[in-house]
Amino acid sequence: MFEILSKEKLAHQIFRMKVAAPEIAKKAKAGQFLILRVDECGERIPLTFCDIHADEGAVTIIFMVVGATTRKLSEMEPGQALQDVAGPLGKPTEIEDYGKVVCIGGGIGAAVMYPAARALAEAGNDVTCILGARSEDLLILEEELTAICGADKLIITTDDGSKGIKGVVTGPLEEMLKAGNADLVIAIGPAIMMKFVCKTTEPYGVKTIVSLNPIMVDGTGMCGACRVSVGGETKFGCVDGPDFDGHQVDFELLMARQRQYLDQERIAMDHYGEGGCTCSP
Amino acid sequence: MQPVDTEAVEPKKKGIQPRTPMPEQDAKERGSNFNEVALGYTEEQAIEEANRCLQCKKRNCVEGCPVQVAIPEFVSLLREGNFEGSIGKIKETNALPAVCGRVCPQEEQCEVKCILNKKGQPIAIGRLERYVADRERESGSVAVPKCKPKTGKKVAVVGSGPAGLTVAGDLAKEGHAVTIFEGLHKPGGVLVYGIPEFRLPKAIVQAEIDVLKQMGVEIKCDAVIGALYTIDELLNEEGFDAVFIGSGAGLPTFMGIPGENLNGVFSANEFLTRANLMKAYQFPKADTPTREGHNVVVVGGGNVAMDSARTALRLGAHNVYLVYRRSMEELPARIEEVHHAEEEGIDFRLLTNPTKIVGNDEGWVTHIECLRMELGEPDDSGRRRPVPVQGSEFLIECDTVIMAIGTGANPLIPSTTPGLDLNKWGYIVADDDGKTSKDAVWAGGDIVTGAATVILAMGAGRVAATEITEYLSS
Repeated sequence: MFEILSKEKLAHQIFRMKVAAPEIAKKAKAGQFLILRVDECGERIPLTFCDIHADEGAVTIIFMVVGATTRKLSEMEPGQALQDVAGPLGKPTEIEDYGKVVCIGGGIGAAVMYPAARALAEAGNDVTCILGARSEDLLILEEELTAICGADKLIITTDDGSKGIKGVVTGPLEEMLKAGNADLVIAIGPAIMMKFVCKTTEPYGVKTIVSLNPIMVDGTGMCGACRVSVGGETKFGCVDGPDFDGHQVDFELLMARQRQYLDQERIAMDHYGEGGCTCSP
Repeated sequence: MQPVDTEAVEPKKKGIQPRTPMPEQDAKERGSNFNEVALGYTEEQAIEEANRCLQCKKRNCVEGCPVQVAIPEFVSLLREGNFEGSIGKIKETNALPAVCGRVCPQEEQCEVKCILNKKGQPIAIGRLERYVADRERESGSVAVPKCKPKTGKKVAVVGSGPAGLTVAGDLAKEGHAVTIFEGLHKPGGVLVYGIPEFRLPKAIVQAEIDVLKQMGVEIKCDAVIGALYTIDELLNEEGFDAVFIGSGAGLPTFMGIPGENLNGVFSANEFLTRANLMKAYQFPKADTPTREGHNVVVVGGGNVAMDSARTALRLGAHNVYLVYRRSMEELPARIEEVHHAEEEGIDFRLLTNPTKIVGNDEGWVTHIECLRMELGEPDDSGRRRPVPVQGSEFLIECDTVIMAIGTGANPLIPSTTPGLDLNKWGYIVADDDGKTSKDAVWAGGDIVTGAATVILAMGAGRVAATEITEYLSS
């Protein structure tokens, strides 16, 4: 069992949780993910590490309540334990000295972008972060990112203009590309955001890394649920990724495949009211 | 115990009796539940069947068994009514009798060698094995095999499928400290993620695993070797004296035809894992959903294809088509499974091969296009090669397609283990004793042979366990 050490609400429906997982914490790197199950009836959901504390034997995850499992997770408290945590899975983000790097985090994607941005800054890159959300109350990790790149290099965009630039992340990105201030772009967020970031960077020939979040079951390459198409080839998000060259990714396929269980997700939410673990062994 | 020769005369006359049928759930009824199909013998039926055994001096049946279960002896004990002795005899060489009694292909192994085949039907060895194993488990007092005094040696077993469980049991008996590392959240490997509840109830697998735990075997779930620890780390940092890799053939294969990434197209691994390990048939009581298709096409002809088809049926499909490119004669699945599938109404579309999968604007599968095939000359496998009939393309309407055309080698361990030789398909190279090219590392089961049977993996596990013990004592 994996004890929850701390939990805090970062924004509407967004939570940060620190979980004891000493063996995983020793091995995990930025860009990798874990698979957790909340309880005996739980599904296996992948969450990318937001922070890794090898010395404390713990890892930090950030998640948004989008379905029954994340809701159940959000209702757990420190002292309680998760049924299962497996990892570290997937390939780590390739950290090198690329020069000028723009790290883009959209919504909850900022949680995954954060460790990559930090590792890139530590590797000597000149890091600019663009943090995007629908509105101010959904922005997360502003302080943490400021600590990495400085307030002058943290650009905030909100769809409704409640904070920062009104609009989407591609606006400030385009300006940086025009000015030649990007040798590498890392974009992590909703598939639609990553798609438009890639469309924006492509004409400039700037390499763009995205972290994909397809539906997974085992997370070890065994089931193929997480099939994505990259450069016309089928890849498994769990073992070949989750990071891929964004210019090669078929985002339409990713988005279609992410919608596979929408009906069942509604049923699960309706059923959730009945409470607790009700499956038979 | 020696074969009981003196009794051979009386049962010999009975030997030509047909084998005692095993009660089964009605085909119509079982198509909508996940309860076990085969119900097992009663005591009377088991003894009646055991009495057909001729107790041959030449023990052909034992030769046919990859783990050399003392078949005449356990059958003899059974018919004497010594059920404890009978299961004890099996457990001397087989740690998973309730599993093997259900899923072993006895018709190709022990039973095919039975002398009664010449005049009639062979002894139902599997059913008898199942009977004594079930009887012991249901009695609530399962005998735990005795272990030798502790040797102080530590062995890591990677994977808790049939190979890993067998190695673990055998090594624990020898007094070694065994830790099994399982990547998923439940032990059992293919026995829990692959083989459906209606063929092998999870509780039975769990009971056999509980015995291993009582023997002192430690099982660590959620431990993905290759990610959490490499093989080298197990040996050099975690203090293990030897490692056995039994990680299985966990890499799904697709055909490489257009449309395979459409929504509603699954690997059999995914479809079965959702239904079995994740209990999706209990959704929404269990959190994991699955696709409950109306018209389901399963591609393939092995046991996994049969399991997928019958699972889809139980999830509520109106039509389940099994598309296979050769004919009934070449179907690699067990006859019993094919028979059960047919009884339940699976629609076999033989000599049929998919060419593409067609979808709608939202990315969901709507049809599968197939070609009709005919059988030509025999190929390398000795089976007649299926040849497409030109221009015979036709469509099958479907909302779900399940690819059950085999599995490959999962690269997670091979790619993180320097010095481990692989063959051209990515499987681990091991000699007849399971020894790999790497010091102190053995391997067995599907990660060496490619997808095969439970009992062959167990056989490989037994051999490796013997070798590992020899290595540890030298």
